[in-house]
Amino acid sequence: MIKAENLVKQFGSSRAVSNISFQVKEGENLILLGTSGCGKTTTLRMINRLIEPDSGSIFLNGVDIRTQQPEILRRGIGYVLQNHGLFPHYTVAENIAIVPRLLKWDTETIRKRADELFDKLKLDAALKDKYPTALSGGQQQRVGLARSLMVNPPVLLMDEPFGALDNLTRINIRKEFRMLDELVKKTIIMVTHDVQEAFEMGDRICLMDKGEIQQIGTPEELLFHPANDFVSDFLNEQRLQLEFKSVLLKEVLPEVEEDLSVWDKMEALLQNKNSQSDEVTLDQLMGAFSRFKKQNNG
Amino acid sequence: MDETQSFWQFVSQQSDKLWSQTWAHIGLTMISLILAIIIAVPIGILIARKQKLSGIILGIAGVLQTIPSIALLGVMIPFLGIGPKPAILALFLYALLPILRNTYTGITEVNPAVVDAAKGMGMNKWQILTKVELPLAFPVLMAGIRTATVINVGVATLAAYIAAGGLGEFIFGGIALNNSNMILAGAIPAALLAILLDFLLSLLQKINLKSIRVAWLILPFTFITMSSFYLLPTQIGGKMLAGFTPEFMGRQDGYLGLKSVYGLGIETVVISDAVMYKAAFEHKLDVISGYSTDGRLKAYDLVTLRDDRHIFPPYYAAPIVRNDVLKKYPELEGVLNQLSGSINDSVMTDLNFKVDQLKQSPEKVAKDFMMDKNLYKPARNGTKGTIRIGSKIFGEQYILVQMYKILILGNTDLAVSTKTGLGGTKICFDALTNNQIDFYPEYTGTGFLVLLKPDIITINQLNGNRDQVYHYVSQAFDQKFNLKWLKPIGFNNSYALMMRREQAQSLSIESITDLTKHLNQK
Ligand SMILES: Nc1ncnc2c1ncn2[C@@H]1O[C@H](COP(=O)(O)OP(=O)(O)OP(=O)(O)O)[C@@H](O)[C@H]1O
Ligand SMILES: [Mg+2]
Repeated sequence: MIKAENLVKQFGSSRAVSNISFQVKEGENLILLGTSGCGKTTTLRMINRLIEPDSGSIFLNGVDIRTQQPEILRRGIGYVLQNHGLFPHYTVAENIAIVPRLLKWDTETIRKRADELFDKLKLDAALKDKYPTALSGGQQQRVGLARSLMVNPPVLLMDEPFGALDNLTRINIRKEFRMLDELVKKTIIMVTHDVQEAFEMGDRICLMDKGEIQQIGTPEELLFHPANDFVSDFLNEQRLQLEFKSVLLKEVLPEVEEDLSVWDKMEALLQNKNSQSDEVTLDQLMGAFSRFKKQNNG
Repeated sequence: MDETQSFWQFVSQQSDKLWSQTWAHIGLTMISLILAIIIAVPIGILIARKQKLSGIILGIAGVLQTIPSIALLGVMIPFLGIGPKPAILALFLYALLPILRNTYTGITEVNPAVVDAAKGMGMNKWQILTKVELPLAFPVLMAGIRTATVINVGVATLAAYIAAGGLGEFIFGGIALNNSNMILAGAIPAALLAILLDFLLSLLQKINLKSIRVAWLILPFTFITMSSFYLLPTQIGGKMLAGFTPEFMGRQDGYLGLKSVYGLGIETVVISDAVMYKAAFEHKLDVISGYSTDGRLKAYDLVTLRDDRHIFPPYYAAPIVRNDVLKKYPELEGVLNQLSGSINDSVMTDLNFKVDQLKQSPEKVAKDFMMDKNLYKPARNGTKGTIRIGSKIFGEQYILVQMYKILILGNTDLAVSTKTGLGGTKICFDALTNNQIDFYPEYTGTGFLVLLKPDIITINQLNGNRDQVYHYVSQAFDQKFNLKWLKPIGFNNSYALMMRREQAQSLSIESITDLTKHLNQK
């Protein structure tokens, strides 16, 4: 779906991105992860041509993006920013109608689609006539997402979409987003510097440092088969939690059908401590997980 | 009570003039403002994009702002002549900076994340500008336009100095003629106009720009501009054009007398003394109301027309001093009178020429002259007290002030401070009676007609007789204001009509009667 080849971008004398290549398949979630200043935003913005690379090329569905007028290209790619980038002089309804208007949708279609998304994103319809400043941070972020989803673009670029939120809101919104059917089918490239977030949201993770890719792979590959010391050091601090998040329940307990990570199951078990009906206990789960780890490391 | 009544009387009497001045004022302000908006907003946007240019462009606009208005108007006469054109250009230049700066600030202060989002959503540059940047910068931009409007309403009063009309005609005429009603009749509408325009713009500032199409804004704009041109005074090409100062226009011994005594029918515009001579030289005007000792007479090769029916009363210069000062320092009178009899008309014209045209300093010209006449003595640096000398705002008075300074310092133990440039007659006279200065050089004719305002019978009785006028003002000032006229210096700086020498010669015009005859020929 998206293919980047040998991207290079230099700002003055400093190299923000050097020789980056990756591929994202349709419907896949790729996370660009790394410390501040490692070139994540630069990489992301090259995809919708907000930044033009010095060399290298990007293909969208096999077509070089340079063959398309940037404005037209961008209208077909959802873009969510850290500080939501809502227009302060537009109401919420007007904000989310921006791209559809650019694409000359009629008012009625816009209204229907807005209602649909408001519903899905659990936004109160009364917010529509408010201005962004009257919204909470979480609401603003949801509106920002709604705006990018309005015309149902197949590709979504997100630059630290939860960056401005407090920890708790962030964890909740993240969870909701993962459940959202609108997002499930989409090809998403998301930037974050939060390792937990990357492991929760990503099908694959692209770990960057100083403008270069250190490793690109599934969460499990990064955890259990780090390409170099940088990768293992980067993940070490939160390794156990990350392992719980990246290993699927069915990998440790093949007889269970549920499509959950070990972490999700643990949370569920801890929440319904008292219910006896569960087929596994916390102890059984932990035992199975440590057996799984020994196999993988051995 | 009396004052209020006569103000309304004045307004109702002059209502035609007041309306035409007000409309001209609005016209000048609006045209220049709109031109400034048309130019400054795009440039403001441009320098917000190219930050490197911003320093130099804002710098240039800032420098323009600091040029004194009269100087700016004077500089433009050779290119644009007199009338609304240079006035509009000057006002336009003054309006540039606030609009430019606020457009720039408004645009650069738009949150970059918002612009980034707009770009990322696929808006093109024009859409970003008109739908995001301009609407968000609009309140700041409007604040700049409001500032410019208020400045322009104020500066537009100076348009009266270059024959462009406007409320300045009343204001400066009133100051020159010591007529408070006339001043107020110009100043009050000007102030109201500033308040009104500012208020209207403040309403505009609040509108939500995103819901309005740009075309809807351009439409009223063009309408206002077009109608503004209609408001400006139109110049009909007559045989000859006269430029008179606001003061001259309103005086019995000026334009009024020319009309009633000579029956002179000439098309007139109001213009400042500062640019009048040059405008005549540049063929922008044919007849002007000058002063007979003005140095520019010599510089621009102008000739004075003989006042064969004696409407211009004598204007012999003499210091007027408060009686209490003379009592306190009895030596002063004799010292000041030393100058008496030493300067005649041509000497004064020559001294003025040195200051106005050769750009010698009044100090130097005064000192040279005093040395020449053996009146110079080195300063005694006394500390007995300080004499404050005032002067009106032109070269001749500066020179006289310096001469008196030399006399006082050299002959008494008094110190001197000078307060030069006290605007017109009224300002100088008020400064004297309010004990802000101790004396200043005044002219008998001004004292007689402007400060005493005698009735027409008295004027006709004295009929321009030098000694009788001097006698009359001496007595009246002593009684009414407790001021003393010292001995006249000698020269007579009276009003005179002037023309370019070659034109006067080719038309064989030597006197005002000749001029009237020429104009009455078909
Ligand atoms: N427009 C620019 N001009 C100059 N340097 C830039 C520009 N944009 C980015 N850089 C530099 O390029 C490098 C990479 O920046 P980038 O924004 O891609 O980092 P990032 O990984 O997104 O960091 P963060 O997590 O802090 O957002 C940084 O050193 C940054 O200073
Ligand atoms: Mg970034």
